[in-house]
Amino acid sequence: MSVVALKKAPPPVKQAPAQVVPLPVAARSGQWLQKSVAWVVSSVLPPLVVLLVLLAIWQIAFSGPTAGLPTPTKVWAESSELILDPFFVYGSQDIGLGWRVLTSLERVAYGFGLAAIAGVLMGAVIGQSALMMRGFDPIFQVLRTVPPLAWLPISLAAFMDSRPSAIFVIFITAIWPIIINTAAGVRAIPQDYRNVAAVLRLNQVEFFWKIMVPSAAPYIFSGLRIGVGLSWLAIVAAEMLTGGVGIGFFIWDAWNSSRLTDIIVALIYIGVTGFVLDRMVGWLGAVISRGTAT
Amino acid sequence: MTMAPAKYLHIDRVCKSFTNGSKVTEVLSDIRLTIDKGEFVSIIGHSGCGKSTLLNLIAGLTDVTTGALKLEGREVNAPGPERAVVFQNHSLLPWLSVYDNVKLAVNKVFSGTKSRAQRHDWIMQNLDLVQMTHAADKRPGEISGGMRQRVGIARALSMEPKVLLLDEPFGALDALTRAHLQDAVMDIHARLGNTMIMITHDVDEAVLLADRIVMMTNGPAATIGEVLEVGIPRPRDRIALASQPDYVRAREAVLRFLYERHRFVEAAE
Repeated sequence: MSVVALKKAPPPVKQAPAQVVPLPVAARSGQWLQKSVAWVVSSVLPPLVVLLVLLAIWQIAFSGPTAGLPTPTKVWAESSELILDPFFVYGSQDIGLGWRVLTSLERVAYGFGLAAIAGVLMGAVIGQSALMMRGFDPIFQVLRTVPPLAWLPISLAAFMDSRPSAIFVIFITAIWPIIINTAAGVRAIPQDYRNVAAVLRLNQVEFFWKIMVPSAAPYIFSGLRIGVGLSWLAIVAAEMLTGGVGIGFFIWDAWNSSRLTDIIVALIYIGVTGFVLDRMVGWLGAVISRGTAT
Repeated sequence: MTMAPAKYLHIDRVCKSFTNGSKVTEVLSDIRLTIDKGEFVSIIGHSGCGKSTLLNLIAGLTDVTTGALKLEGREVNAPGPERAVVFQNHSLLPWLSVYDNVKLAVNKVFSGTKSRAQRHDWIMQNLDLVQMTHAADKRPGEISGGMRQRVGIARALSMEPKVLLLDEPFGALDALTRAHLQDAVMDIHARLGNTMIMITHDVDEAVLLADRIVMMTNGPAATIGEVLEVGIPRPRDRIALASQPDYVRAREAVLRFLYERHRFVEAAE
């Protein structure tokens, strides 16, 4: 799109060389440049400086001969291939971290997707009734504090296979904040909208799609955002125990073969992926619930 | 006004009380009112007299405690599009455009009887009636309060209601905007001949718009104190009316009711 814009921009300038057109254009592009420089200075520079300082401290702190952890330069020297080429395939178990992250993400997609659908539906039903809310809420508040891995043994016993167990752990971890937030959002639907729905005689399904989902969207998406973060936490931990191909298992495998530098690279992958997931759900929520606030 | 064979909207000895724990509060007591087809009725009273509750009863949004409410001989016990409501605070859905807000109502009411093209025409026709076609694609947050209320009216009218219920629709608007919208409502009433019931606390508005003014006594257990026939011929013009004896007399009658016989006392609530 920017290429098209660049190609189209020159003609008006040429057509009216003696008029006022060139001046404001020049001024505007100068302003744009100034703005982007200001943005880099104010938003990109500070985290970059902090990162460099932290790396320097790390380098100095672990430079001694008896240090237990590798320094940043050592990580780069030994594991740069993992950083530079995330998608290599040397064998069925020897693949790039990009592939591993994708495998883990696939599990998250199943578990979190199921949790999102079930959580929103259950939250909608529970939020509609004060009695249901009173009955269910204390139970949810207790269950949501159970750590993801505590569900794993029960899950393994129930499914007797590692793959569905890992997906179930994600599901059960992510669903509580989704239910709780959706129910809160449904309870917060203004009486006015309910009256409109009543006068129009909207049925349950129409009410769900036309009133409930748009009105509760900000709540639903904050639940989904918490849920996706928890899912990512859960999958990394679950994979360490269940094995397989994912990023969590990679860390466990690297620990067992004493490849500390690989673990550090994997941690960076996990962090960046979790950050991207969080921002994606946040962005989606912002786009979808754009019109909800008056 | 007595030519209707059956009573069109008949409110028969309706009482409404709310129960809060063991405490029962009677809000409305023994309301009897018959409204003819095509009539414009204003309901006026001090705040807290239960006039909005009465409107909610007619709308079916609240259930009557005792008594009966019938529209064309049929009992009213649930809300429905044949008794469309223009709400006090517009109640447009903020995530839908003006057009889509009306469309929601039109699609629901006419999905079986009008084609897609007919429904589109009907939406535009109703927006045109309140002069809002220019903002069809705007969201409620992007238009003024008066415009939102116009769209609220268009949405209610688009349901082709038997009775249009207006719950203090212009209460939150400034005087000039209110005058514009009152004229718009009068114009619509003249053109379509709907039955309209409007809650208001504005004496001038009640006299200007209504065929009859229903005056409510103060609560608790409020009831209809008096009903005034406003015999002013239509079309009515607000400027010409200002000095007309009929208008002045009607206005005085309402004012006397509200401020002499049923003065608003800051109740010990």
